[in-house]
Amino acid sequence: MLMFVVRRLGLMILTALALTFIVFFLTNLRPNLEKLARTEGSVRMSEEAVDQWIIQNGHGGSVFVRYGEWMGLMPGWVLTDEKGTVRGRCITATNTPETAPRYCGVLQGDWGFSTFFKKPVLDSLGEKLAATGWLMLAVMLVMVPASLLIGVLSGMREGSRTDRALSTFSIASTATPEYVSGVILVALLASPVVGLSPLLASWGWIEGKTLFLGTATSAIDDITFWNFTLPVMTIALYGIGYIARMTRASMTEVMTAQYIRTARLKGVSFGAVVVKHALRNALIAPFTVIMLQFPWLLNGVVIVETLFNYKGFGWTLVQAAGNNDINLLLGCSVVAVFVVLVTQLISDVGYVFLNPRIRLS
Amino acid sequence: MTTSADTAWDPSKPILEIDHLSISFFTRLREIPAVMDFSCKVMAGEAMGLVGESGCGKSTVALAVMRDLGKNGRIVGGTIKFKGRDLTHMGEEELRHIRGSEIAMIYQEPMASLNPAMKIGAQLAEVPMIHQGMSRADAWALARQIVADVRLPDPDRIINAYPHQLSGGQQQRIVIAMALMSKPALLILDEPTTALDVTVEAGIVDLVKDLGKKYGTSMLFISHNLGLVMDVCNRICVMYSGEAVETGAVTEVFEEMRHPYTQALFRSIPLPGADKNARPLISIPGNFPLPHERPKGCNFGPRCDYFQSGRCDAGEIPMFPVPNSDRHETRCAKWQEIDWLAEPAKRAVKQKAPIGKVVLKMEDLKKYYSVSSGAFGGGLKKVVKANETLSFEAREGETLAIVGESGCGKSTFAKVLMGLETATSGSILLFDENVQSTPIQQRNTDTVSSVQMVFQNPFDTLNPSMTVGRQIIRALEIFKHGSSDEDRNRRMLELLDLVKLPRAFADRMPRQLSGGQKQRVGIARAFAGGAKVVVADEPVSALDVSVQAAVTDLLMDIQRENRTTLLFISHDLSIVRYLSDRVMVMYLGHVVEMGTTDQVFQPPYHPYTEALLSAVPIADTKVIRKRIVLEGDIPSAMNPPPGCPFQTRCRWKSQVPGGLCDREMPPVQVLEGGHNIKCHLSTEILQTMEPVIKMAAE
Amino acid sequence: MEDLLSWGQILGRMGSQFLPVWVALVVTYSLSITFKRRLGLYGKLFDSVVGMIGFGIVMFWVFTALLANMVITHDPLAQLSGLKNAVPGTLVPNPGDGIYPYYLLGGDHLARDVFSRMVMGARSVLSIAPAATAFAFMVGVTLGLPAGYFGGKFDTVLSFIANLVLAFPVILLFYLLVTPEIRVTGIPVYLAAVLFIFPILFFSILFNARYFTNPPRRNLYVGIVLVIGFWAYSGLAFNMDPLGVWSMEPNLLNVFVSVVFVNSPTVFRIVRGIVMDLKARDYVAAGQTRGEGPWYIMLWEILPNARGPLIVDFCLRIGYTTILLGTLGFFGLGVSPDSPDWGSTIDDGRKLLNLVPHPAVVPALALMSLVLGLNLLADGLREESLKD
Repeated sequence: MLMFVVRRLGLMILTALALTFIVFFLTNLRPNLEKLARTEGSVRMSEEAVDQWIIQNGHGGSVFVRYGEWMGLMPGWVLTDEKGTVRGRCITATNTPETAPRYCGVLQGDWGFSTFFKKPVLDSLGEKLAATGWLMLAVMLVMVPASLLIGVLSGMREGSRTDRALSTFSIASTATPEYVSGVILVALLASPVVGLSPLLASWGWIEGKTLFLGTATSAIDDITFWNFTLPVMTIALYGIGYIARMTRASMTEVMTAQYIRTARLKGVSFGAVVVKHALRNALIAPFTVIMLQFPWLLNGVVIVETLFNYKGFGWTLVQAAGNNDINLLLGCSVVAVFVVLVTQLISDVGYVFLNPRIRLS
Repeated sequence: MTTSADTAWDPSKPILEIDHLSISFFTRLREIPAVMDFSCKVMAGEAMGLVGESGCGKSTVALAVMRDLGKNGRIVGGTIKFKGRDLTHMGEEELRHIRGSEIAMIYQEPMASLNPAMKIGAQLAEVPMIHQGMSRADAWALARQIVADVRLPDPDRIINAYPHQLSGGQQQRIVIAMALMSKPALLILDEPTTALDVTVEAGIVDLVKDLGKKYGTSMLFISHNLGLVMDVCNRICVMYSGEAVETGAVTEVFEEMRHPYTQALFRSIPLPGADKNARPLISIPGNFPLPHERPKGCNFGPRCDYFQSGRCDAGEIPMFPVPNSDRHETRCAKWQEIDWLAEPAKRAVKQKAPIGKVVLKMEDLKKYYSVSSGAFGGGLKKVVKANETLSFEAREGETLAIVGESGCGKSTFAKVLMGLETATSGSILLFDENVQSTPIQQRNTDTVSSVQMVFQNPFDTLNPSMTVGRQIIRALEIFKHGSSDEDRNRRMLELLDLVKLPRAFADRMPRQLSGGQKQRVGIARAFAGGAKVVVADEPVSALDVSVQAAVTDLLMDIQRENRTTLLFISHDLSIVRYLSDRVMVMYLGHVVEMGTTDQVFQPPYHPYTEALLSAVPIADTKVIRKRIVLEGDIPSAMNPPPGCPFQTRCRWKSQVPGGLCDREMPPVQVLEGGHNIKCHLSTEILQTMEPVIKMAAE
Repeated sequence: MEDLLSWGQILGRMGSQFLPVWVALVVTYSLSITFKRRLGLYGKLFDSVVGMIGFGIVMFWVFTALLANMVITHDPLAQLSGLKNAVPGTLVPNPGDGIYPYYLLGGDHLARDVFSRMVMGARSVLSIAPAATAFAFMVGVTLGLPAGYFGGKFDTVLSFIANLVLAFPVILLFYLLVTPEIRVTGIPVYLAAVLFIFPILFFSILFNARYFTNPPRRNLYVGIVLVIGFWAYSGLAFNMDPLGVWSMEPNLLNVFVSVVFVNSPTVFRIVRGIVMDLKARDYVAAGQTRGEGPWYIMLWEILPNARGPLIVDFCLRIGYTTILLGTLGFFGLGVSPDSPDWGSTIDDGRKLLNLVPHPAVVPALALMSLVLGLNLLADGLREESLKD
């Protein structure tokens, strides 16, 4: 078991390094750097000036070295420019070349400076992540119970009318990506001209013009039912169908297993068969799926935050990419990679924990 | 009909009375009758055996008694009375009270029958908690006691274990314990030992018999194995294609059968005394009818020797009682006219093929695997000794049987011989060529085509998405046979003739063939390149009894014609005795005994062979068998015991002085006539051994 | 003529615009149902209601894409004055000769016809999604077969890489892979050079394994594969087709390559899993004992028996690819500004979503129905293939 954990952790670190390196490589491509030079310096810089700027700001040299510096595995660069001032990765306004630390990378907590937010990456990411955290929490609270319930209900009697109805719902929901369901939900529930809101307003059932708010900008400061429902439902809808289908598949498989027949034929009632005998075995597979949904939830978050203008992590990622803010984009990637790997670990451990066949071997 | 009927029930009446039961399955296209007009009675304390080939409806009857036929199955006629109460019209709630408490069932796959995520104790305790409203603590205590009753060691550990931590034999004992938790009046056993090894099966059968007596439980025992039914049951019901064809007391049916199907069945199974040359088996011609293609009148008619048109196919044939018997009945219109004692007419005596020069010689062959322990990979590497010092020779035209249970290394041996694996050490001499370290890719086409294999599972041996003809032609292409497509096509059709399949089968897909037909195609494919050595890995064990004989005979005929060396891997000693010239018995990678068939089947035995012989049920009332039941399960090849591999289960161990068996690998003793036994027992003790199987004096 | 059509009239007129599609659908269905017993799995699809509905929706969009020129009412790029954000059913002011008199589903923010753009969008989506999925399958199958069959180091390395790609949030990957900057560096071309070689590899090995016993025929088949393969390869990957038949715009190539890249690891994992299951079958052992090479066993003994789950996944994956393409369009990645594809039309429309929902809702519903059709089709196929 210990060997397993050590191997798993080793693999995780290797994956993290590989992923961050790929991101670093792709964000620090020459054209991106040139673009950065022109935005930071001036748009009409000559080719030579651009080259000069790139080297002067520590973006020259081998990509491996730069990655090492950024990660904090190698000493930061130090250069003396033509004016004789010593500049370096770790030299900031608050320290001198002498007092500056040798290493200053992600591992040391120095994630660089965001050109978009005009403040350190770590600070800006912190608050955005908190905002997204609330969104994710709400999504999970809606999505997990709903999808498991749907899956179990439809899988427990395969082919029944309940099953057919719920399965159709699940299929429809997996066929509706966030940008589609978001648009439809807004048009239906948050538009003053079409959908339900004009009707409700004309009947005088709602005070404002629309039932729900079409944007979630205000939710940053104050989460309410009216501004948060649509974004949460938009993300959850897509996931519900997927997890419910997994649960259903797992449940139907378990319900046809021989040991369920054994239980039934020893006189256990149908309810007890489902709850005591089937459920635990049926939930092993969906548990992994739910955990592995996190990387994909990130996608939903990006789309929804863009669509509803909710300034969280996903919105930040879009801004970082759109504005060529390399440090911010790298920061976002580190967070994303971290989240993905941690959930994978939880999923592995949970799988082992839920499944006595593996736990005890 | 209230539950008070339990107490009012008169024990002289039948426990279970099935009357004219008919069951159908409904598919989108049609209604498929699975069981027609089935009647039987089980009295208190009686064990009723239900015998028949796969698809005859015997399991359907069992499930109908449990009223668990699934969505598509429905009882369309007749009644099932349990203690006088009609089960067919009972509501769910009432059924629930009977299931598990009054009628319990034991299934074929013990592993699948136990919930993998629940402790054994919890699964057992659940039964009295539901039916008797017993408290949790009491129920667990009872569970512990019943676990001890089914003779499992260390019951305290077992009730706290999960199913996967037990071996197959232990799991089946747990399933039996579960069935006995509330002392049911009727126990239904559906092929309870089919998935187990023979020596483990013997233990389970003994247990079932003893517990039946101890608790006075009636049994409905479903099996395809006539020998097993004879061991366990006092009454038998033979089924064919959805109907009961003959029923009666076991001894009566076995000795004075009154239905042609029962007779044909007995003639097609290898009993002691059968011989491939002098008294070959007689297979039943034709195929089992598909449920929706059953003939009019007698279902067995088209395959019956006594068939008389206009009479057997006139209309429904009822069960006729046989006078002066113990409820012996038969569904044969001509049963009074048939001379039941006449010898079969068409038994063809065959010439024994001469045995030629040595074609295959193995010396000190060893095959070790290193596997990683633990489920997560990595960790310590362990060495599995799959084959240990294997030495033998096989001659042209000879049949060498390799006998052993799971984990004995017979499949590894086959892989090494075929070149799918290379030997760790030792030598294989094939037609005077050393091949022990030549993997199959480096063997030349001649060598490859002359050593071929016939596989066990007929449903797996053919590629499901290629036509039969195409699969044989591919073998011909690979063996570089013929110069054109026409050549190969012609040869393929000849091969189909050889295995007695119609030429039209060339364009069929494997799913359109029956199990026996697929196995024939597998044989044709193996002989495509004129194989000289054929390894047959349990080629008939997955087939029905009546088909087994036909496939075995086919294999023998081709062997006789081509003077092929046949290495016949099997765990079934009956068939081994019937067809082999020499026998090699393997246990945990070691050859424990080797000799001619007569030598191996007569004392002196290796203690393992002795137990194996005793464990195999024989469907012959004239055979007296000594019961030797081995303790425990076969040890894992990953973790073999020190010293003699068989010492953990050997009943002769005390006869060897000085605990030699625990410490040292026994030497190979060469007895008279080149009979090898790998055992520490002294020659004197070996000589005192008695035969396991004796024919009763007539 | 009225200024505004009622919803009934709009639906009626749309129905008649789709006339060629209806005709094609009726022909397909009547032929298929007539001969369904002779058509294998495809025929069995018509036994399942779910499958028939799914197939119907999918074929509706396929025919719409094929016959788009006959279905559209206006040039999807034409901007007619006065019809900016026009509501569905608006009369076109002063229509000239041959100009359809209505904007059936209204106009968008640039006064273009939403209906025609939606129809042309089907063409743009369906010309990429199935092809990209097919390429992803080629890559996944060609790598997944040996990984599952041989196991060992090869499998460990490939599985690690596959998991690496799968661990990336797709959007992040798209933001990194589909940018104008990356096109400057030529990375998409290198990726294409690697990914596009797999079909050639696959078919060459396929024919070689089967026909190596008959060299003349083998040479013919492999030769055809190599000639056509490298001809297309030179055009698609490097835009250097000497005859100019095969070519792909740089930003289309970028999108295509990225979608293939994202999809193939999942296919790889599925194929690998199935192979590990099937390789223990006796017919595989039978192939081995008669001395077949590993590729014959993988491609001719194992792969055909894995077709059931693979076909089902193929349908699901086209749907998923459609969603991915929509995502790309939604974020404005790799598409030309006035492309009618559904993702970018949704993106265009969402800015005024509160007030003028139809330009976004129409393509959204279109995309949803296509993916739903594919999912239903996959469900029907799965159900029918299990019944065998």
